[in-house]
Amino acid sequence: MTAAAPVPASEPSRSRTSVPAPAPVLTLDSVSKSFGPVDVLKDITVHVRPGRVQVLLGENGAGKSTLIKMMSGIYQPDGGRVVVDGKAVHLGSVRDAERLGIATIHQELNLVPSMTVAENVLMGRLPSRGGFVSRRTTRRLAREALDRVRLDVDLDTPVGQLGIARQQLVEIAKALSLNARVLILDEPTAALTGSETEVLFGVVEELRRDDVAMVFISHHLEEIAAIGDEVSVLRDGALVAEVPASTPEDELVRLMVGRGITEQYPRRTHTPGDEVLLDVRGLTRTGVLHGIDVQVRAGEVVGVAGLVGAGRTELLRAIAGADPYDSGTVHVDGQRLAPRSVGSAVAAGIGHVPEDRKGQGLVLDASVAENLGYATLAATSRAGFADRSGQRSRAQEVATRLRIRMRDVDQAARDLSGGNQQKIVFGRWVLAGSRVLLLDEPTRGVDVGARVEIYELINAVAAAGGAVLLVSSDLPEVLGVSDRVLVMSGGRLTGELPASTATQDQVMALAVKHADDDDHVAPSNGPEGSPS
Amino acid sequence: MSGSSTIAPTKPSTQERRLRLPGLSGQLATTLLPFIGLLVLCLVLFILTPNFLTYGNLLNVGVQASTIAVMAFGMTFVIVAGGIDLSVGSVAALSGMLSAWMFATADLPGWLALVGGLLTGLVAGAVSGFAVAYGRLPAFIATLAMLSVARGLTLVISDGRPIRTSPAVSWLGSDVLGVPVPIIVLALAGIVTAVILNRTVIGRSMYAVGGNEEAARLSGIPVKRVLVTVFALSGLFAALAGMLIAGRLDSAQPQAASGYELDAIAAVVIGGASLSGGVGRASGTLVGALILAVIRNGLNVLGVSSFWQQVVIGLVIALAVFVDVLRRRGTRT
Repeated sequence: MTAAAPVPASEPSRSRTSVPAPAPVLTLDSVSKSFGPVDVLKDITVHVRPGRVQVLLGENGAGKSTLIKMMSGIYQPDGGRVVVDGKAVHLGSVRDAERLGIATIHQELNLVPSMTVAENVLMGRLPSRGGFVSRRTTRRLAREALDRVRLDVDLDTPVGQLGIARQQLVEIAKALSLNARVLILDEPTAALTGSETEVLFGVVEELRRDDVAMVFISHHLEEIAAIGDEVSVLRDGALVAEVPASTPEDELVRLMVGRGITEQYPRRTHTPGDEVLLDVRGLTRTGVLHGIDVQVRAGEVVGVAGLVGAGRTELLRAIAGADPYDSGTVHVDGQRLAPRSVGSAVAAGIGHVPEDRKGQGLVLDASVAENLGYATLAATSRAGFADRSGQRSRAQEVATRLRIRMRDVDQAARDLSGGNQQKIVFGRWVLAGSRVLLLDEPTRGVDVGARVEIYELINAVAAAGGAVLLVSSDLPEVLGVSDRVLVMSGGRLTGELPASTATQDQVMALAVKHADDDDHVAPSNGPEGSPS
Repeated sequence: MSGSSTIAPTKPSTQERRLRLPGLSGQLATTLLPFIGLLVLCLVLFILTPNFLTYGNLLNVGVQASTIAVMAFGMTFVIVAGGIDLSVGSVAALSGMLSAWMFATADLPGWLALVGGLLTGLVAGAVSGFAVAYGRLPAFIATLAMLSVARGLTLVISDGRPIRTSPAVSWLGSDVLGVPVPIIVLALAGIVTAVILNRTVIGRSMYAVGGNEEAARLSGIPVKRVLVTVFALSGLFAALAGMLIAGRLDSAQPQAASGYELDAIAAVVIGGASLSGGVGRASGTLVGALILAVIRNGLNVLGVSSFWQQVVIGLVIALAVFVDVLRRRGTRT
């Protein structure tokens, strides 16, 4: 066994006993990976042991997902080995990994919504006789698999009719029925309510007893102590520590971030003015947003926290004109915006940085200059002709100011790193002179260095009298960057906290408030209930 | 690669990859490669048969290329914006036929019949565009429907018989100062296409919409308006091609331009455009159309049967797209 691992799991929690660690079933041995010029993983060793839950912890962009993709055969390491049962193996594809008993439960579930629970569990290997599906065997095998995750549903229900939590259990049952010995759970709790998470953890405990090895990723630190055994902490693609899951949260954060949180967020020196720049009143979209009121003053940064699915992204998109809303108003600087018109929002000075940089923010094949100029293409034109040289030199200016690292502004956006790509989307609105910025996860997948630069940009916008509404799943970020924090849950605002004194616990308490009576969870859905 | 030294082997290889990467090589592949292909093709044909490189034959190639090229220029807008237009052949026939009908039956002046024909294409294209942008039909389906509707209307109007064209349309089949008018039209259409794509707001917006529709929309680009425009332009250019065909024959034929949509798409793709949108140039499309015309002409001059010509053209299309796939794979790793 290699370096690291300074502390063995000293304090077993609950039923876990301090027997010596069983031999790992899966080991990533000094693996590294780079994409083009970017080193994503550097010399990382992780052991996954039967009956244990190995937690991967790190900020967005630390390399967790790359590591998981290596375990599940999607990526192959550039250096180092993948070892299964003590033998070095080549995982050339997801199939290779599955054959060795390694299954991954991704955030986006891999189910066919229109097919039944039984068919999904046995997808691709329905028992048949003479070419005809054997219904009785199908039902028996599916039932056995579902029993292992204690899921009591009608086998003939189309999977699409189940809630997300139960779909996840179907997916786990499917993996187990494929004899999975290693189960990789990629942020399984992100979309779950509190009680659904408890059900999932119950299943994890059961699988632990069955000696299934598990890898667990979560951004909820409190879940680590509840469910994990050992924690591998990643930062900027390197393994910085291996600690027991009982390690205090503060310590975990320190390891993850690498420095005190206070230094990570450059403080602003000015105070917000009185003038309300963005005024949102009673914004409602049936089933998604319920009577949201938000006021952001000139020079103010307002954070929006909440769990995935709380309606934060939907709120920003509605304000930006990207999505429709049923009632309510949006005013910018006293001027009312037309609903569902990005053009009118842009003209009024709104700049929207969407959450999915590549999917929604950039035209990857187009140049940096083109991407920076899209919002101002029409406004700077004359008689229908684009001002290409003017746009190019303005783009050059913004790129220099934002320190976008590139060969020149004619380079394709595709070739830049995540942080620099994010600066392009940001820069588009700097170029447009937008006074109201709606930022959706602006630092997701951005390395720490570029992240601080983005924070400085946010501060600069606020200092120049702009208003910023910031959505982030990164709690320390929301608290570190904002003046006040709004918390959403189930499409409603559940509270407001001053960022300077708020704690992560206070935010989390508000974020899960009412989450259980969320519209999409039907009352009879509790898997822990009723025997049949 | 062994796990012994992870730093040493990765560093140089990334360095190397960075140098070879995009920009130049991408530009090279999209514009220069098809052009080189065209030159090589001409050279081979010249060696095989000196008759190829005569002034008369080259004009011939130009005239043969003009119809497909004009259609393909229109198609370039659509493909750059991420769509496809299967209706251009039928729309060309309908425009030619309606123009002839306006002159022969409705007794409109010749020039008005010409303008009326062009408007026909513009409207047909705009209808497809509305179906795509506002009706949310896939472009493939919307234009497949238009293909059928336009061909049907052509047959209804003509009752299945050719109609004599107006003098204004017939003039398109003549020569000016020794240069065939179709070649002049081809040149003008190419210049207009290049200017629209490169210089205008709507043109640059087409690249944004084709490259990433959602990003374009969230940047405030009027995506629906762009989509209607590209299909309307495609219809207009198809109508112009229809006039060229009718002009050459002095009559509008009900079965004119059948299957031309596939040649037009092929020309655009051979010219380096991507069917997934966001990439494509007028110059590339011109070269693509010329390659198709040169192959047809060359094989004719060599006496190869038209059946085999189909086979060769199919292979050329596959080859062109394969080169594009290779290039993209190289850029993305």
